[in-house]
This record gives sequence, structure tokens and C-alpha cells, in this order.
Amino acid sequence: MANFFQDTPELKHHLSHPLMRRIVELKERNYADKDKFDYAPQDFDDAMDNYHRVLEIVGEICGDVIAPNAEGVDHEGPKCENGRVTYASGTAVNLEATRKAGLMGMSMPRRFGGLNFPVVPYIMAADMVSRADAGFENLWGLQDCAETLYEFGNEDQKQRFLTRVCAGETMSMDLTEPDAGSDLQSVMLKATYSEADGCWLLNGVKRFITNGDSDIHLVLARSEEGTHDGRGLSMFIYDKRQGGVNVRRIENKMGIKGSPTCELVYKNAKAELCGDRRLGLIKYVMALMNGARLGIAAQGVGLSQAAYNEALAYAKDRQQFGKAIIEFPAVQELLATMKAKLDATRALLYETARFVDVYKALDDIAKERKLEPEERQEQKTFARLADAFTPLSKLMGSEYANQNAYDCIQVHGGSGFMKDYTCERLYRDARITSIYEGTSQLQTVAAIRYVTTNVYLNKIREYEAIPTAPEYDNLKNTLKDMADKLGMVVNQVVESKNQDFLDLVARRMVEIAAHTIMGHLLIQDATKNPELFAKSANVYVRYAEAEVEKAVTFIRKFREEYLADYKQA
Amino acid sequence: MGYKIVVLAKQVPDTRNVGKDAMTPEGTVNRAALPAIFNPEDLNALEQALQIKDRFPDSTVSVLTMGPARAAEVIREAMYRGADGGYLLSDRAFAGADTLATSYALSTAIKKIGDFDIIICGRQAIDGDTAQVGPQVAEKLGLTQITYAEKVEKIEGKRITVKRHIDGGVETVEGPLPIVITVNGSADACRPRNARRVQKYKYALTPSEAKDANNAPKYPELLKSRSYLNITEWGVADVDGDVNQCGLSGSPTKVKTVQNIVFQAKESKTFTDSDADIESLIVDLLDNKIIG
Repeated sequence: MANFFQDTPELKHHLSHPLMRRIVELKERNYADKDKFDYAPQDFDDAMDNYHRVLEIVGEICGDVIAPNAEGVDHEGPKCENGRVTYASGTAVNLEATRKAGLMGMSMPRRFGGLNFPVVPYIMAADMVSRADAGFENLWGLQDCAETLYEFGNEDQKQRFLTRVCAGETMSMDLTEPDAGSDLQSVMLKATYSEADGCWLLNGVKRFITNGDSDIHLVLARSEEGTHDGRGLSMFIYDKRQGGVNVRRIENKMGIKGSPTCELVYKNAKAELCGDRRLGLIKYVMALMNGARLGIAAQGVGLSQAAYNEALAYAKDRQQFGKAIIEFPAVQELLATMKAKLDATRALLYETARFVDVYKALDDIAKERKLEPEERQEQKTFARLADAFTPLSKLMGSEYANQNAYDCIQVHGGSGFMKDYTCERLYRDARITSIYEGTSQLQTVAAIRYVTTNVYLNKIREYEAIPTAPEYDNLKNTLKDMADKLGMVVNQVVESKNQDFLDLVARRMVEIAAHTIMGHLLIQDATKNPELFAKSANVYVRYAEAEVEKAVTFIRKFREEYLADYKQA
Repeated sequence: MGYKIVVLAKQVPDTRNVGKDAMTPEGTVNRAALPAIFNPEDLNALEQALQIKDRFPDSTVSVLTMGPARAAEVIREAMYRGADGGYLLSDRAFAGADTLATSYALSTAIKKIGDFDIIICGRQAIDGDTAQVGPQVAEKLGLTQITYAEKVEKIEGKRITVKRHIDGGVETVEGPLPIVITVNGSADACRPRNARRVQKYKYALTPSEAKDANNAPKYPELLKSRSYLNITEWGVADVDGDVNQCGLSGSPTKVKTVQNIVFQAKESKTFTDSDADIESLIVDLLDNKIIG
């Protein structure tokens, strides 16, 4: 009888951010749908009320259906027979519940049957679903692919496919191949146009495809014969009703076991081109990946929440040496740090989601009319911030999910190592988050340019100017000091003009920026809502200061000749 | 092809999560301490009704509830899950009703609705636990009844087949329409609230709610332009009810006293596993009428 929206007041706090007014106004085109659709909002307050009510439904399904099913799904897992996937019984129940509740196609426009929700409430739903069962988030969250189809498909494709997604059909993005993982330029799946069939035919193999037996696939394939790089790749839509794709096997994974990870064989599978030829990787997949990365950031935050909740409950319950273990400072530090990391990455997640919301809504409006000069400027600013913050959010969200799952087991002691407690599943489920949709190392590659071009630092300076409660002045000074240090080490590394040095310490510099940004977001949150965030703001900034010191010491003392020590034979 | 279905639902205090303050010192239910919820087995009944509508999309599902003004929440909740609309039976004259007066009031409202094929409700409510209202409604309307239903298996023309829960198993029975069905808690759980429907129906109000000066409707113009937002509300006169058969005056059940019983062990006895001790224990239990 738990409601994951009601029992976590932090979510309502993030939903009430002042920027929401602008986001909703853009997304709702000044509430133009109110006379066309009986479920469209009348005004801003009405829209916010809708988000609250729908998130309450999500919270209830998470608490009453998805979370109780998670253990059974983890044990049972999906099956593959005769080229088709059957979900675990609990997964089927979860999917049915989310379909009946109308939670598919949440961000799609109403004309396709969607809810036209901004990214913020959609990501909030993903946050809760991940807390309930991170593996199920993969299936439910693949509705994200609809966003790419909406952005780049033609009107006829949108009418045919998006309506089906909104009615509850599932999606997948078929990108990875045996020889093309992080390096998607090497994709070989062959697309040839058949004059006889009047459509494209796909042939080849894809690997590690999440929910690979979905109803509607977005497929990256090589349409330009003789090419070998990203410019020869196009994006295709494959409809399962057409046939031609079979699941050869599903992987036996360490975690997120409810989510079928498939190897797919394409044999003359009929498909249609989505968007323009040759833009598959360089434009469409990049857009797809950015959406997916924000989803993984949410998955990390949801897992962190689950880990914290499990650890806290156990620490209150478990008695040793005549008292509950939560009474011991060593355990208190574990729990407070877990909560601080959770609150920090959640603050970063919703800050990023807001940036994405503003620029995406303006992008969409630009298809209907010419943007005003100030709107164009706004679009540019927020698009850049979204690009900069998305890898940061994915990096920190996934890394802290892993750390919190680790500490959750630590709080449980020996019991946590046994299969009897939820924490061992969280530990296994969290592990993939810092790997898929780009490893932490690749998030660093995406983020480092915003370190060296001072995009983060400039944003941090803007945060410094935002008034916060006087009790956080000390923390704010610490954060200013951290920003100064970031500027200093960036100068040192950039001036060295040594790319290997930059690459080796890039992760550390990106993390310094992330710590500082999350520190600022937490003191802003604590200023608005001290009861919820004061402790986390204090604990996190202290933690971050020490982490930054560690990274700065490493970089400042590093000499270029040390690089040789890192090259293994 | 469609069927006209009326779901009888009751708003009840949530007695499943009873805290220390659930009862007043006088021994009555402290309604303020218990959240008002949709009676759980009525939700099972609603799900059966909605499944019939899934199979026969031209069907209509209406909810009928009796209670104070706030019981309209039950109707909205049903609309969020798939019901087409509802009727609130609300009048001071209905207050204090036992099962006889309740079933009388409901049956007058059903007669007023007139056009129906299936009346369906939960087996019993979690506040009274009598399981009498459904069967009494059937009697008053002179209709066939199927109790303890688990699933409506099929409907063909004017015949309905229902699987019902019985001791140690299930039984499948067939009956004629119109019919009254009471649904067991072991039937399918109700589908969740639907995101689109919640947004569509959240401003549905009864006339009394729409006139409530303390809580004025936010968008009164919507009530005029969207007829489905107006929930029907009937008093005794609207359903041609006999006031003497309603509420307290129509209720032969009188509560004499309410006692708080706290079970506690006052004394204890120790028995060994010898035959003599076990026999003496059985004799004790028989004497106390604990077994027999």
C-alpha cells in the first residue's frame, strides 16, 4: 500500500521549481489544447495539478504492483523460444498496469494519444519506476524512442507508430552489434532498397538489444554501400508485424534480469527510412542517446533511493551491542552520505531535465513558426546547458547508484551478502548503469569540452549569484573555493597542450565541476526547504570539498613524464 | 451490442489500517482518524463491470452510491478507472440506515434509473461486514441473484454465466438478465486509475458540490460546456422514496451498546504432553465452549 510519490516529498519539491511555469507555457503552447482535448489543462495551475495526479497514479502502481513483483521477476526472468521473447509473469503484469493507467507515450502530443507531459514529470515517473524495479524501467522507459520518432519521422510515420506507442506498444533501439559497441561508426547491419518490395530490407545481426522483441524498433543500419564510417548510416523503423527479425538468444546477465537483452537476426526484414539517409548516427542516434542518458540518470537516482530506503530501515531495525545500529556514528556517516549523494544527483537530474524541457519545447515550436530572436537565444542557451549537463547527470547518477548500493550492503553486514535481502539485487541492478548508454569514461569524453570551454564554470558563477539563506554562507564560500580550484587545474591542463594528460585527468576535472554544481543545487534546495535538504547540503558540501581536494592534489602534482607509468605492456 | 450496468459502491472508513485512535472513547468509529476509501470489494465489482464493457464496448457502467456529499469521491474514483458516470443518493432522510433501509433506498434509485441489465456490487463492506445489501436489493427488485462471484465468464443475449466462489472450490452458474451479482474479494483486482481519465473527470461534481461556497469550483464554465462533469444527485423525493422506510426510521436494527473488548490473558495453565493432561485440556475447552 505504498505510494512512491507520496512517501518521497523530495519529488514534489523538484516538481515545484519556478522554471516549470516557463516549461509548461512552452509545452502547452499557452494552453491551446484546452478546447480540442477533454483532458488538456486550462492553465498553469491546472497542468501542475494534472502532473501531481498522474504521478500519484505512477507512485501507487510502483508501490503496489511493480515493487512487489521485482523479486519474482528477478528470479523468473524472460524466456526465448522459437525466436520470440516471453516476459517474466510479473513483468507482464507490470506492463499491463502501466498500459491500463495510460502511462505510455507520456511526453507525446495529445493528437497521437499522448499526455503531452514535459520531460520533468516524465523523468520523475522514471525515477519512481526505477526505485520499484530498475529492470522494468528499461522496458517502460524505452517509450523514449518515441521522442526520436516524433522529432525526425514524417507525419505519416508519426500517425501510424506514435498512436500505437501511446496505446501501449513497446519500443527498442537497435544500435549495438558484436563489433560496434561504444564505437557505433562500425555498424555493419546492411540496409538495401528493394525496388520489388518498395521498401528497405535489413540483413545482419544486432547484439545486446534491450527489449529486442519489441513491437516497434528504431534500427541503425548501413544504407550506403562501400562506406565505413558514421556518414554511411541511416535510421530505420522496423515494425514487428512485418516479420523478418528473430531473437537468437537472450543474455544471462548479472542484473536487471527482468529486461530481456537480445541478440537479433535480421533476414530481409522490411523497414522504412526514418528521416534522411546518412544522418542516422550523426544526428538521430545522438538525439536518441541524449534522451536515453537522462533516463539512465533517473534509473541511477531511483536505485539510490531504493538503496537508501533499504539501508535506513535495516539500520533502525538491526540491534547489536544492545542498541539499533543506526545509533553508531560509523553507520550514521554511511547513511547520511548515501542520502546526500541521492539528493545531490536528484537535484542535478531535475536541473538537467528542466534544461532539456526548455530547449526541446522551443525546438518543437520552431517547426510551427519562426522563433523570435529572444526565443532563439533562449533555445541556444538551454540546448547548450542540456548538452553539458546530460553526461554529468548520467555519470554521477550511475556512479552514486553503485556506491549507494555498495554501502547499502555494508549497512546490512553479512545478511546483505545473502540472497534474502533486496540490497543484493540493487547492487547487481546498479552495476550496468555506469556502463550502458555510454560508459562513465565516455560520459567524461562528452563532458570534458564543457570543462575546458568553461561552460560549467560560467554556470557555477551564475549559481554563486543566486541568493541563498545566510546559514549556508560558509558552504557557499567553500563552493566558491572549489570553483576557483577547478579554474586553476583546467588552466594547468589546457596550458600543457598535452592531450594524453588531459584525457587521463579528464574524469577528475569533470567530477570537480559536478561536485561544485551539485553543492550549489543543494544549498538552493535547502534554502527553499530546509527540513528536507539542510542535512544533505551540509553533508554533501563537506564530502565534495574533500573529494575535490583529492582530485586537485592528483592533478597539481602530476608531471607529464608520469604518463609513461600508466602504459601497461 | 451493449449492456447497462449499475455498480453499487460504498465509501467506507479504511478499517484495514486501524490505529490507536480508530475508536472514540464512546465506542463509535472515529471517522476523522480513518481515511474514507472505496469499499475494496466494490472495486472488484467495478472491475467485473469494466471487463464486460471491454467485451461489449457499447455498454455503459454507472456507479450508484448512497452517502453524504463527500461520497461523490467514490463516483469520481470509478470514473477515473473507467465508469461512464454515476448517481449520488444523498439526503438527511437516508442517514443512519441499516442494511434493510439501505437496500430499500438503493432499490428505489435503481427503479428510477429504470433501464439496466446488471446490478453488480461487492460482497460486503469492510465497515459493517454484513453481506446483506446486495441480496436484499435483489429481493426488493424481484431479481435473480448470484453471490460470491469471482468472474463473469460470458454473456450471450440475456443469459449470463458466472463463476462463483464456494467453500473448497468454485461453481459456475448461469442466470437470466436482469440480475444482481455480488463479487468476492478473490476476483480480479480493479484496474488502476487512468492518466487521461483522471485529467478528464477530475472536475466532475454533484450539484451540491458545485454550489459549495467554501469550495467553489475552479472552472465553473466547464460544468456547463461538458455535461459529463455533472454527477446526478438524488434525494428521497427524487426517487419517490417512502421516508418511513429510509434511514433511521426504516431501520429495525438498533445498536444497543458498543463495547470495547480487549483480549488479555488473565491466567495461564501449563500442560505436559501426557495423555492425562491433554484430556484435561480438551475437557476445559469443551466446558468453556471454545470447541464443541
